[in-house]
Amino acid sequence: MYPHSHHKQDQPILDVSHLTVRYNGHVALEDITFHLHNGERVAVLGPNGAGKSTLFKAVAGVMPPTSGEVNIYGSRPRRHVCIGYIPQRSQVDWNFPVSVADVVMMGRSAKLGPLNWPHKKDWDFVQHALETVEISNLASRQISQLSGGQQQRMFIARALAQEAELMLMDEPLTGLDTPSQEGILNLLDRLKQENVTVMVATHDLEQAASHFDRILLLNHHLVAFDKPQAVLHTENLLKAYGGRLRPVDGENILTVDDCCDEGEHDHAH
Amino acid sequence: MTTLTDFFLQPLSYEFMQRGIIAAILVGIVCAVVGAYVVLRGMAFFGDALAHTILPGIALGYLFSGGARDVLFWWALGTSVLAALGIGAISKNSEIREDTAIGIIFAGMFALGIALISTVRSYAVDLSHFLFGDVLSVSTQSLWLILIFGGIVLLTVFAFYKEFTTLSFDPILAATLRLPVGLLNNLLLTLIAATVAVSLQTVGVALMVAMLVTPAATAYLLTHRLSHMMMLAAVFASLSGVIGLYLSFYLSIASGAAIVLTATFFFIIAFLWKRTT
Repeated sequence: MYPHSHHKQDQPILDVSHLTVRYNGHVALEDITFHLHNGERVAVLGPNGAGKSTLFKAVAGVMPPTSGEVNIYGSRPRRHVCIGYIPQRSQVDWNFPVSVADVVMMGRSAKLGPLNWPHKKDWDFVQHALETVEISNLASRQISQLSGGQQQRMFIARALAQEAELMLMDEPLTGLDTPSQEGILNLLDRLKQENVTVMVATHDLEQAASHFDRILLLNHHLVAFDKPQAVLHTENLLKAYGGRLRPVDGENILTVDDCCDEGEHDHAH
Repeated sequence: MTTLTDFFLQPLSYEFMQRGIIAAILVGIVCAVVGAYVVLRGMAFFGDALAHTILPGIALGYLFSGGARDVLFWWALGTSVLAALGIGAISKNSEIREDTAIGIIFAGMFALGIALISTVRSYAVDLSHFLFGDVLSVSTQSLWLILIFGGIVLLTVFAFYKEFTTLSFDPILAATLRLPVGLLNNLLLTLIAATVAVSLQTVGVALMVAMLVTPAATAYLLTHRLSHMMMLAAVFASLSGVIGLYLSFYLSIASGAAIVLTATFFFIIAFLWKRTT
């Protein structure tokens, strides 16, 4: 069997302590400390290159910390299979010859173990996951035939098939039209009832404020981590976004210059 | 009617044609299945480089064995696995770009191979067999080696199908599912290496990449499921092998080139057909 770690239920689902990640001579993340409660929904906000993707990769255990540590239910992420990482859509080869159901089934690879082919139970799991995200009618479609919102739902279904308890979603709303964005956000609301903990990287301050329990404001350092109304004030935002933030005259409204870049790569400036 | 039957049956009255056709079909199937991953992972250049890199290994075997063909398979297999894992390691920890590093090594090794073989002037014709294949000279013993090692490659792909597919589609998913990513990558490189060794006599090192890439790419254009792509690629590759050998027989053209040209023809038809629909 592939490795599976035990969960200590008295420990937080995610505990990040003094996490620093450097690569190619750049500091991507420095001295990040926070922890999440079970079932919480957290928006991760920050400018392009702030280290959002790096944070997710370090939390998922696919990028080693330079110093500090990440713990999932009390142990290192490297042996946990309960972390679902949902990539940016621009990072995916949409012409890969697989159907929607095939991709969702990939989420079960770990539970299946080596040399096993999917059983009926696994296909039922896939079917159920597709029903939860409301695209079971698209199961046999090739993945390039999906709309942006459907592509995102497919990846959420894959994380459900993986039985992920912590979902890390890298800019799932970028490039989607408003109804699709609302659809995904409503879906996240329903996942809360299934006690799935969700971290979502986003650029949209308003959605972050209205749909998430807490906001983690990031710019290599942890600028703030608290309830939306406590995080989203000018001083914090200026700290995170610097000159890229423009107060709209007189009002307490802010706009961010660099939203909605497809295919953000984390690199320190 | 008899003339048509004769057209197909007459070449089969030669044992070298029978062995050649069996070899071409077996090699076609193995190359097509492994080639599906080569195409999807964008490893065409790696496959081409790997095939060229084994030439010095074959040359050494050739010099040591005094020209015996059957032992060359083992030299090819050994060099191929070493080269595949070596290139894999270099591309991970290199200061220069991966494709540049591969290019330097592959050209250097290829030159070394040619240099070694050229020391035996009278055997210059054998060099062309290594480069372009000579499927009509496959011995029964070589046929068994192709069958056994080709079978091992196919069984391994079958056994790790879901792991290879997950890893190829989304390496980060594979890592978060805690699949042994490094091990699987090296296993896939080893399978490609074994495929190169198995195919050596059929198409030779210079045309190898065509067998790895062309039938798989043709199938890629025509289907949306990986399993179907592998099966369809195997059909195209086998057909190319058989048709190519008949062309070689009747038109007296080099067998490896005839097989590759047929595969290329299939690709062009599929490409044009895809364009018009």
